[in-house]
Amino acid sequence: MMESAFVTVLIAMLGGAIRVSTPFMFVGLGECLTEKSGRINLGLEGNLVLGAMVAYAVSYLSGNPWVGVLAAGGSGLVLGALHGYICKLPKVNDIAVGIAIMSFGTGTAFFFGKPFIQPTAPRLDAIHLGDWTGNAALAQALQVNPLFFVGIILAVAMSWAFANTRWGLIVRMTGDSAASARAMGVSVDLVRFLTTAAGGFLAGVGGAFLSLYYPGSWNQGLSSGQGLMAVALVIFARWDPIRCIWAALLFGAAGAIGPSLQSIGISQGYYFFNAAPYILTLFIMIASARSKGAAREVPGELSITK
Amino acid sequence: MTVQTAGPAYVTRAPNVRSLKLAESFFIPIAALVVSALLFSVFLLIIGKSPVDFFALVWTGGFGSSFSFQNTLQRSAPLVLTGLAFAVPARIGLTIIGGEGALVLGGFAAAAVAIPLVTNGVPPFLTLPLMAIAAMATGGFWIGLAGWLRHYRGVNETISSLLLSYIAIAIMNFFVEGALRDPASANKPSTMPIGDAYRVGAMPFTDVHWGLGAGVLLAIVLYILMSRTTFGFAARMTGGNPRAALAQGLPVGFLVVTCCVIAGACAGLGGFFEVAAIHGQANASLVAGYGFTGILVAFLARHNPLAVVPVAILFGAIAAAGGLVQRRMGMPDATVLVLQGIIFVVLLTSETMYGRLKFFQPGTGADRT
Amino acid sequence: MSFLPLSRRSLLKAGAAGLAAAALPMGFARAQSPVTIGAVYVGPRDDFGWNQAHSVAMEILKGVPGVTVVEEENVPETDAVTQSMESMINLDGANLILATSFGYYSPFVVELAKKYPDVEFRHAAPLWKDTDPKNAGSYFPYLNQAHYVNGVAAGLASPTGKIGFVAAKPIPSVLSNINSVLLGARSTNPNATVQVIFTGEWSLPVREAEATNALVDAGCDVITCHVDSPKVVIETAEGRGVKTLGHNASQAPLAPKGFITGAEYKWETIYKGYADNIAKGEPLPNFMVGGYNNDMLRNTAYGAGATPEAIKAADAAIAELVKGTPIYAGSLKDNTGKVVIDKSYDNYDPFLDGMNYLLEGVQGSLT
Repeated sequence: MMESAFVTVLIAMLGGAIRVSTPFMFVGLGECLTEKSGRINLGLEGNLVLGAMVAYAVSYLSGNPWVGVLAAGGSGLVLGALHGYICKLPKVNDIAVGIAIMSFGTGTAFFFGKPFIQPTAPRLDAIHLGDWTGNAALAQALQVNPLFFVGIILAVAMSWAFANTRWGLIVRMTGDSAASARAMGVSVDLVRFLTTAAGGFLAGVGGAFLSLYYPGSWNQGLSSGQGLMAVALVIFARWDPIRCIWAALLFGAAGAIGPSLQSIGISQGYYFFNAAPYILTLFIMIASARSKGAAREVPGELSITK
Repeated sequence: MTVQTAGPAYVTRAPNVRSLKLAESFFIPIAALVVSALLFSVFLLIIGKSPVDFFALVWTGGFGSSFSFQNTLQRSAPLVLTGLAFAVPARIGLTIIGGEGALVLGGFAAAAVAIPLVTNGVPPFLTLPLMAIAAMATGGFWIGLAGWLRHYRGVNETISSLLLSYIAIAIMNFFVEGALRDPASANKPSTMPIGDAYRVGAMPFTDVHWGLGAGVLLAIVLYILMSRTTFGFAARMTGGNPRAALAQGLPVGFLVVTCCVIAGACAGLGGFFEVAAIHGQANASLVAGYGFTGILVAFLARHNPLAVVPVAILFGAIAAAGGLVQRRMGMPDATVLVLQGIIFVVLLTSETMYGRLKFFQPGTGADRT
Repeated sequence: MSFLPLSRRSLLKAGAAGLAAAALPMGFARAQSPVTIGAVYVGPRDDFGWNQAHSVAMEILKGVPGVTVVEEENVPETDAVTQSMESMINLDGANLILATSFGYYSPFVVELAKKYPDVEFRHAAPLWKDTDPKNAGSYFPYLNQAHYVNGVAAGLASPTGKIGFVAAKPIPSVLSNINSVLLGARSTNPNATVQVIFTGEWSLPVREAEATNALVDAGCDVITCHVDSPKVVIETAEGRGVKTLGHNASQAPLAPKGFITGAEYKWETIYKGYADNIAKGEPLPNFMVGGYNNDMLRNTAYGAGATPEAIKAADAAIAELVKGTPIYAGSLKDNTGKVVIDKSYDNYDPFLDGMNYLLEGVQGSLT
């Protein structure tokens, strides 16, 4: 009995981590890309919420959820570009602009999202990976949305590109030392503008996952701060796209663990399960802030590490 | 941006420079507000609503009558304190966005120390100051922690204060729904009510609670501290150039932590007034977003403690008008969020205009590099 | 004070006898002048749940001649609600305030009622006491009766008898709904169980979906909930191919395959009653609670998940509740084996308002 309960929880956590982690993955990768170029965008919560609303609305109006995903990315791209443009002006504080974009993005999403709370839009389908197992719970846990794999492929591609391509090098150099990038004839502002816009696009896609797959509806409480976690997540992952995936899975599992544990009768302290990712990230920041190894991983131009 | 220009060359022309700078720091935020209002009007026209009606309602709901103005003032009370909580560390170059957590934890601490005091019949004139001290100490510790981590461990204060906010809210919920829950608060878990005798009332001739008075007083004190004392000068110098400040032998660590403690104490005091003047107990309603609005308030006030007061009142008015806009124009509550978002974006963009408008530059103004 | 001290429960009996409860001498002074009603909601008006149920009913008041309704949504349970209500009174001339969220009452409604003795305040939770201002009051349908009917139907509609319940917080009104589902289900299937997961928040869509999945994974084949907006729970359960029971408002359109029935408030009965009182210049009752016996609840029209036997049993259960048959017929043990209900209690007995246990047959714990 105990053993089967344990297996139940393990399977549920696996499924939960996969389902819940995808939006974290996209905001995390988006933030990672932006921060690699030496800029921080604290406003991805706005992109996430606006993306969720736009995805749901466009899917409802067009009948095609994938069009919704693209539109969500587009809305994120616009917000990201706005952030990127404002931040390249002199004397502007990129952290504050992030907060401003967050409030603008969520406000706009709530305003235009009103008429789309009631209707039911076409949702994204899952790929059934576990049907061969004959175990219903496992089959359910292995119903995975294609965006999850897109996220993983993207992380691998980003990781490879940072190390091996000219573009990756330019982004990293811009992030580590704007002066040397300029000396090489790179337009620092342009690079950062592009990475912020692209990061915004990814966060918008993460929002589409929320409204079109899991939990799969649009309302104002949908994100409840997942976009704000992106910044913590990237610090947690030490600016490495592959580690962003693991961090997203961990943050996702932290969200899934409470309900799964309750289903086998462990129900104490759920508030601290909820806060666990924040506490962990804070400890990691404290532990790594002065270490030499960690310093190599941090983009040198990043305002939050100066 | 003041620091680079604070060299001895300006001393002889100081009055002129100062008044021009002052004029500039009035003109640019006001221009930003006007631009925001215009952009928002375009937004309203696109969705087919009348900007004239909207701004008339902002006036009616926020300022139009003695009632409206008191409504505005009451809403602005917590924003003054959370605005100060952002503005003070900003003077020393820190971006602390954890005012929300300090407010929540401060309010919770106030309610928690009130339990034994009220139960044992300690009179209000002793209990209330003790609650306020507990709130300020807790809030001060919480943000002070972010400042300490910043200076002595190199942990970024923006992110750590944000994380600390989430942790503060979790702590408050944990106790309010657990050990410190009043068994009578059946359907809304809360701490024990402090009772009417222990409530902070309204200021004379108004319906506005004393939190606003305390905020205004603190704003004046902090303005003097930051602008007229050695401490303030050292803090601003550190904000302008931390390395130079260290080289000058300034106690940078002390300054950083002290500014953060002051900030946390302001937000914590805001929490105290939420408990002692509004709720009479601590519960999840303390998490109301005042800390985050305070960031916006401080930016519009250009981190000047005195300017925080009128700006907080402006945001109180926008919030007061928000309800009226829902009722009279049939627009969703998110309308105010859109307006706030536009103001915030335009305002931050306007930061880039400082030193660029010829009119406000002393002398020729062209060769300042 | 010249009128008789009316106790809360004597009012309640009057309420149970009909809507004409608790006539207090101070009535609606301005009966013939236009009446403006100010309604305050804690969340968006279209949330598929609590706020939507109120908002739908409020539309009925808008149809009453001479009545104006002003509404404000997303008003938090802070000073903001005082400011909003005061603004409605001072700027819109509201003379009846309907405060629809639990946390609005104390201190906000109570204090404002003292400040504005000419304005009537009614609040949607059974909190009004004799010592509170006479121009304030409470109205509240006991939704657990409708959850009991849900349980009755689920007992027969569920192949395994395992019902999953996604709950926000372990507070009495939620616990009573959980226990009522269990008792309803046990009345038609003595082996039925209810498994509960608390999310800890009133609105946290991702965790609500996770909880739903965890319950289905644990073998539940009927899912219901008590959260602010049941949309996510119902849609997730429908997607997993299990049956569903609704809560607060109609979620039938969200689950075309598995919807059995749902527990719904009938706020319009109360609001129509107020509108009639106002139109006739009568005083408004201070304390009004009810259920099936006075038409304050309904169950959502049966969906495809309901079997003919389930429908028959549920209709019979409603008929019993109309007669006042008690749900908590003791003695009953909680799920730790302690006797918590020693005898049968009337459906409105205050003893039940303090419920802090899960009955034997419910899997889950409060801490």
